[in-house]
Amino acid sequence: MKIYILWLRQIKRYLRSKSRILGSLAQPLLFLLAMGYGFGSVFQRAGEGNYINFLAPGIIGMSIIFTSVFTGIEIIWDRQFGFLKEMMVAPMSRLNIMIGRTVGGATVATMQGVIVLFLSILFGFHPYSVVGIFLVIPVMFLVALLFTALGTMIASLLDDMQGFQLIMNFLIMPLFFLSGALFPLDGLPKALSIIAKLDPLSYGVDAFRSLLINSSHYGLGVDLVVLSLITAIFLGLGGYFFKKIQI
Amino acid sequence: MDRKQIITVKNLTKKFGDVTAVDDISFSVGEGEIFAFLGPNGAGKSTTIKILTTLLTPTTGEVSINGNDPTVNPDLVRRSFGIVFQDTSLDDELTAWENMEFHGVLYDVPKKLRRERIEQLLKFVELWDRKDSLVKEFSGGMKRRLEIARGLLHHPKIIFLDEPTLGLDPQTRNHMWEYLKDLNKKEGTTIFFTTHYMEEADRIADRIAIIDHGKIIASGTSRELKEKTGKDSLEDAFLSLTGNTIRDDSASSVDNMRAHRRMWKR
Repeated sequence: MKIYILWLRQIKRYLRSKSRILGSLAQPLLFLLAMGYGFGSVFQRAGEGNYINFLAPGIIGMSIIFTSVFTGIEIIWDRQFGFLKEMMVAPMSRLNIMIGRTVGGATVATMQGVIVLFLSILFGFHPYSVVGIFLVIPVMFLVALLFTALGTMIASLLDDMQGFQLIMNFLIMPLFFLSGALFPLDGLPKALSIIAKLDPLSYGVDAFRSLLINSSHYGLGVDLVVLSLITAIFLGLGGYFFKKIQI
Repeated sequence: MDRKQIITVKNLTKKFGDVTAVDDISFSVGEGEIFAFLGPNGAGKSTTIKILTTLLTPTTGEVSINGNDPTVNPDLVRRSFGIVFQDTSLDDELTAWENMEFHGVLYDVPKKLRRERIEQLLKFVELWDRKDSLVKEFSGGMKRRLEIARGLLHHPKIIFLDEPTLGLDPQTRNHMWEYLKDLNKKEGTTIFFTTHYMEEADRIADRIAIIDHGKIIASGTSRELKEKTGKDSLEDAFLSLTGNTIRDDSASSVDNMRAHRRMWKR
């Protein structure tokens, strides 16, 4: 019940900030349209097929990673606007506060991912089966959970928004660009291939592709195992760092 | 003293790095007492309140709130108090009613009782007709009133008020104290508050403690403090005990310390 009310708060806040919803849709759409149609013919000539179809799961991954890290980092706002104190003096464990917030943030990011999925269908993306669309939603949630927990972890270590830009440029952007969201992971130079393997988003995007366009680099089984493991680790670490927050 | 002590603090010390914010203080508050905790800015008031309310852990010393140690049984301690913080701690993006509901759920107030109390408390602070407005549309005074209502929602045994009347007009201030005194009388709620308005402490508190540079330098009833210093008003007594120098900087030195510490954590 307490976890539910923390979750509900996140959802309400999300649904109330229309500008935030629109704002965070603009970037993935821009990527999808500019890159999808821009590189489409080159991709086709290289014999890789339809680039929009290849790119759309990557763009879904992009909207999820940005939204979820951001909702995790929102704890800094809660601290600045004092609401964190209200939660911290309430009779509930720090771990439950963190779980409620993280699940709420992950739900918001999943909703965002679903919206991007439907928008990309509108703009020419063809998932290969309807079943895949339903199956991909829980996987989106898993990926969202992973990155919200990461955001929470970061937020517990920062105390104002000044570090935010740094995190964006040195963590989130590389995670996105090196994940294979934009390019196929087959035949990459050795170094890049290793980096992609260390990037959790690679497995997320790969799982999306497996369910949406029936093509996978690592295999859906591997993707799900890796994602679940990293999520568990990040939730543990997030909970640990969150516990140490002093107000 | 014949009544039960609901708050006891023994040899409490809190250090932030090299800075000692609270320096070996001991005091106790009886059940049902109205206790004023006074001191200049940066004297250690807020740090003490944070320790009593489980937000900070003491460096050394013992604290007992309603029979429980905040470091051992934080949840039992948390259930026993309500708090109105110095700066707002409401969610701006939620309505007044939702802020109350959120609090009620976190403190396990059963649904029916929760709804009744929310209505009663919001009516009392005259925000019932604005219950569905987002808090960000509220003025400072309205936010304060809402926070007070929220702090009382779970009928705590102790209520901590950290400069609760800051920025309130005299009408609201009077109204608030009337209610709190009534609550104190009827329910025996212990009230622990800080303020910079000496006349408020003089009028309302049963007992007063004055803290300066992290140490408690005097405590007793308002009359005892006046007699001790040979002054006519509590304000003069306070000034003669704590001196006339303005030391905002001792507050910021602690703040700076903490900021530094946080920076290093990065």
